[in-house]
Amino acid sequence: MKGKIINRERFLTNVSSKIGGLTPEKSIEKPEWTVNPQHNVLKDFTQDQLVDVLKEQCQHIHTDFFQTTSDRLKDTLNDVLAQYATKSFIYSADERFQTYHLDDFFQSSVNEKRAIMEWDPEDRETSVSFAEKADAGITFSDMTLAESGTIVLFNGKGQGRSVSLLPRDYIAIVPKSTIVPRMTQATQYIHELVKTGKNIASCVNFITGPSNSADIEMNLVVGVHGPIQAAYIIVEDK
Amino acid sequence: MPMHIGEKDFKKRVTKGIQDDFMRGAVRSAQERLQNRRAAAAEELGDWEEWRTLGQQIRSHTVEHLDYYLHQLSEKVAELGGHVFFAETGEEANEYIKQVVQEKNAKKIAKSKSMVTEEISMNEALEGIGCEVIETDLGEYILQIDDHDPPSHIVAPALHKNKEQIRDVFKERLDYLKTEKPEELALFAREKLREEFLTADIGITGCNFAVAESGSFALVTNEGNARMVTALPKTQITVMGMERIVPGWEELDIVVSLLTRAAVGQKLTSYITALTGPKQIDEADGPEEFHLVIVDNGRSKILGTEFQEALHCIRCAACINVCPVYRHVGGHAYGSIYPGPIGAVLSPLLSDYDEYKELPYASSLCGACTEVCPVKIPLHEQLIMHRRKIVEDEKKSTLAERIAMRGFEQIVHSANLYRTATRMAPFLTTPFAKNNVITKGPGPIRNWTDTRDLPRPTKERFRDWFKNREKQGGAV
Ligand code: SF4
Repeated sequence: MKGKIINRERFLTNVSSKIGGLTPEKSIEKPEWTVNPQHNVLKDFTQDQLVDVLKEQCQHIHTDFFQTTSDRLKDTLNDVLAQYATKSFIYSADERFQTYHLDDFFQSSVNEKRAIMEWDPEDRETSVSFAEKADAGITFSDMTLAESGTIVLFNGKGQGRSVSLLPRDYIAIVPKSTIVPRMTQATQYIHELVKTGKNIASCVNFITGPSNSADIEMNLVVGVHGPIQAAYIIVEDK
Repeated sequence: MPMHIGEKDFKKRVTKGIQDDFMRGAVRSAQERLQNRRAAAAEELGDWEEWRTLGQQIRSHTVEHLDYYLHQLSEKVAELGGHVFFAETGEEANEYIKQVVQEKNAKKIAKSKSMVTEEISMNEALEGIGCEVIETDLGEYILQIDDHDPPSHIVAPALHKNKEQIRDVFKERLDYLKTEKPEELALFAREKLREEFLTADIGITGCNFAVAESGSFALVTNEGNARMVTALPKTQITVMGMERIVPGWEELDIVVSLLTRAAVGQKLTSYITALTGPKQIDEADGPEEFHLVIVDNGRSKILGTEFQEALHCIRCAACINVCPVYRHVGGHAYGSIYPGPIGAVLSPLLSDYDEYKELPYASSLCGACTEVCPVKIPLHEQLIMHRRKIVEDEKKSTLAERIAMRGFEQIVHSANLYRTATRMAPFLTTPFAKNNVITKGPGPIRNWTDTRDLPRPTKERFRDWFKNREKQGGAV
């Protein structure tokens, strides 16, 4: 259902009168910007070079970096969970967990007495309260920005917003093919969706490491409201 | 908190700032860290000037076509089922927000950092109808707990406080028992605020940039509180200053990249959260209802004037972090929630010269602000334009008004500040100097030189000056 728009006429008439009376109905063309430095960043880097950039950047953002093959993914994940002393975790409802055979692993994890839940889009209460108490949240990355070390999540249906936010630790599984140079490629992708009239996720999260704050004497404190620790596991595509 | 903060009298505010050694120490070290981080991030890019040029082009195109983009934004938000309220004044905005809150019968409101809500005194309005409004950004939280101490910086609002003071505030107000270690203080706030996020009826956020083409808006944060506020409460209200918008996602990329680098020297902050409408039906978390409040509150007065570029500001605070006057007097001395060079330009425009006539003089015109601004706002030129206007007004004014206008003299009565200011403005004072001694000075130093001769400032550019000063390890 369409929402309400209140007081627009009066407000925009006033604005228009100050800047030369463009009518809201008249479409305008965006100018060609004279410079576009964003396209030069990490230009022509191979996928392996981008992995190196990402790895290096992880050191600056307090994020543990792991690299593995698709066959060994479950072992690597198990190592990370052990290292973080994870007793409970929640993961997004994402079919890539099956593609990479992590569902079997989750089964065996249950046997190790870990409490596990898959995000349930139908059940807000249970999902949020489980996430809130969980040691870790695990998601696949939808797009990964090498320059800044950023996981991009198109949070919709199964990719709940809380999975990467409420648990103490955040673990992102990064298929190597999702890595792009920088934010430019992600925003371009979204722009194309918008241009062609497609829906975009109601929440696009760009996540760069654990939460932090420098509000106390400009000292960096890692772990404020969001996760306290973060790990990225780069995996060869299946 | 209204836009105006603290003591009404400018001289008293400045004196208070200069005498507060704690505050000045905190400001100095914070400024240094932030400045260095920005400089390193800019250098690393290699072509920072091109980025700035692009930022400037985007901002000026957007502000020139603000009516078009605001129209597009509101259409898109409404299509997605969100509601849009256009508010010409702060009161109008507050009335609408109160109405939403009352309809929802809401009592507890969790809020993430937003300057515009400070500007319009939204918290007070909501508290007036019996709501509890909880600031969840760590810096804002500290200030709120400390009897609503005003912010002194637009990015790091509690920058004037040191960790011992913060510990004492927590101890006194919240029975905090641990030490002044920032980690322990932050962990304590995390635990306190967790419960609030989970039980808040409404989440209120500001807006770093709205994206017209899709009706989205982006929040640029580090702590995760803005994500909480937009994931957990069932109703969300976002308040934006009307100029905080870009045409599309491609432009969002540029302004965000400039903002995070210029503000804190990060390639991206921990969280850039781009939200588009209320949650969709098949999603579990996120708000069911979404309201966007677009605020004018004096901004349209600036459109079409010689000050229009002030509306290009992306609130990164880089200008504040290099300003020698800010360093000396601290944020509260400006008497506005917008301090530093951008505050000196913007506050008299959003309010008027009666309230902020001294601010355009609270600058040495060294130009460091203009040099660092990521969207190339000619800040010091705008300050000169303000001064010109004030002088014109002054000619028309009465003697009593003229005397009142001279409040800014106070600032130069501090010899230290005088040294800073003049050291960085040799080009301004040179014509007045004889044998390295200034006998007549322009602007703020004029009245000072009426009574005594001053040593002539050495010819150094700001950057050189700053480097030298660092090497000598000396305080200003
Ligand atoms: S005026 Fe420029 S430097 Fe100052 S806060 Fe605004 S964008 Fe940043």
